[in-house]
Amino acid sequence: MNPDARRAKVDSALPASQPRRRFLDYLLGTSAVATLAAIFYPIFKFMSPPQIVESTENSVVAAKLSEVPPNSGKIFKFGNKPGILVHTASGEFKAFSAVCTHLECIVQYRDDTKQIWCACHNGQYNLSGKNIGGPPPRPLEEYKVNTRGDDVVVTRG
Amino acid sequence: MRINDLTNWLDERLAISTLMHLADKKEVPVHRHSIWYYFGGMTLFLFCVQVATGILLLLYYRPSAENAFESVQFIITEVKFGWLIRSIHSWSANLMIATLFIHMFSVFFLRSYYPPREITWVSGAFLLIIVICFGFSGYLLPWNKLAFFATKVGTEIAGVVPIVGRPILRFLRGGDDVTGATLTRFFGFHVAVLPATATVFIGVHVALVQLHGMHVPKKYEDSYQRMKFFPNFILRDAIGWILAIGVLAALAALFPWELGEKADPFAPAPAGIKPEWYFLFMFQTLKWIPAKVLGMDGEVLGIMAFNLIALLLFIVPFIDRDPENRRRHLIFNICGVVALMYIVVMTIVGYVAK
Repeated sequence: MNPDARRAKVDSALPASQPRRRFLDYLLGTSAVATLAAIFYPIFKFMSPPQIVESTENSVVAAKLSEVPPNSGKIFKFGNKPGILVHTASGEFKAFSAVCTHLECIVQYRDDTKQIWCACHNGQYNLSGKNIGGPPPRPLEEYKVNTRGDDVVVTRG
Repeated sequence: MRINDLTNWLDERLAISTLMHLADKKEVPVHRHSIWYYFGGMTLFLFCVQVATGILLLLYYRPSAENAFESVQFIITEVKFGWLIRSIHSWSANLMIATLFIHMFSVFFLRSYYPPREITWVSGAFLLIIVICFGFSGYLLPWNKLAFFATKVGTEIAGVVPIVGRPILRFLRGGDDVTGATLTRFFGFHVAVLPATATVFIGVHVALVQLHGMHVPKKYEDSYQRMKFFPNFILRDAIGWILAIGVLAALAALFPWELGEKADPFAPAPAGIKPEWYFLFMFQTLKWIPAKVLGMDGEVLGIMAFNLIALLLFIVPFIDRDPENRRRHLIFNICGVVALMYIVVMTIVGYVAK
C-alpha cells in the first residue's frame, strides 16, 4: 500500500483526529513563534544603543581674548557639541552652534568673505547666524557671549 | 501559475530540484550508537551561536587596552540584554568545546576515521586546534587580570619551544610583552583570521560527511535501519538546539560570566589563578613536571610531549586503517581510554588544587 493510501485509510478510520491534529499544529506553531520571539526580542533590544546622558553644561569658557583677534573665529567644545566663536572685524563677539543646519558638518569663519561658511556644500551664514546662501535651511543657533577678565564665556540662550 | 513560473526560473538557475532530490535521498543510519551522530551538529550549532552573539558584541566592543575593559563593562551594565549576550557567548564557547571533545572521542572509539574518511578526521583535528585558538584569543579580549596573566603564561609556553618558540612568542604578543598590541592582535585573530579559517575547515568537514555519508560501526554494518535526514533527523537535531538555547539562557541568567578587575601590567598575579578548564589538564601536568628531567628543562619536555600528542592526533587514521587488525584496534582503544582518563583526572585535580 502506498503511503497516501495508508494515510487516507487512517484518516477515514479516525475522523475525530482532524481537530486534534489542528490543535496540535496550533500548539506547535505558537510555541515556535514564542521561541523565536524570545530569541529575537533581546537581540533587537541589544542592537539599539543605550541613551547617553547629554551634557547639561550651560556655559563654557570658549577662548582667551588673546586667542581670537578681530576678524577671526574659533571652534570650541560646548558639552559634546562644537560651537563657533567669532570676533568680528568691528570688534564684536558672536557665538553659534557650529553644526551646519544642512547635513551637520562643522562650519568655519572665513576672514575673506567675513561670513560663516560650511565647506561641505558651500553653505553660507552671515554674522547673525542667518543662512544667506547655499543649501542650509535654517539659521545657526545663537549663544550669548560675555567677557570675564581674559575669558570669553559662552552661555546657552 | 506565477509561483510555478518563479520556481522554474529559480530552478533553472540554482538547480534547486537537484538539491532537493539530494536532500530527500539523504539518510542517517539508526543503531545503538546513533546518539553520537548528534554531537557534531550540536558543535556546529553552538558555533553558529558564537558567530551570532560575537557579531552582536562587536557592535559595542572596543579593542584597545584603554577601552576594552570599559566597553565590556558598558555592554553588561548599560546595553539592554548585554549581560545575556555576553554570558551566552562565554557559556556557548565552553559548551562548544565540550561537545567538540565528545564528538571527537565518539568518532575515535567508533572508528569513524577508517578509510575513506581520513581527511574528514584531519579536518576535524584542525577544527579542534582552531577552536582552542578561538578560546585562547577570546579570553584576553575583556582585558581583565585573569585574562592578562593567562595570556602571559600561555604565550610564554609557546616561547619555551626550542628555536621557533621565541619568534612565535613575539608574533603572538606583538612585541616582547603582553600589551595593548597583544590585545589588538588577538582581536584580529579572534574576529577575522580564525572565523575565516574555521569557515573553510567546517565547509570541507561537512562536505566530506555528505560525500561519504555517516559511518556505521562494523558491528551494525549488516543490520541497521535508516532514518530520513529531512525531516526526521533534522527535527531531532532541532530539539537539541532548542534545548541548548534553553540551557545557555539558564546558565547565563543563573551563572553570569564574571568580568573581574581591569588588567594592570604592574600588579602581581592574583592567588589561585587558573586557565580555562580545557587547558587545566595541561596546566596541571606542567605544574607537576620536575624542573629538570634527564638534564632537560621539565617544562620544555612537557610542552614537546603535548605537541607530539597533537601530532599523533592528526595521523591517527593513517596508523590505524585496517578494520581487521584486532591487535591494533585494542591498542588504540587502550590509548583512547588512557588519554580520556588522563584528561578527566588531571582536569579534576587541576580544578580542586590550590
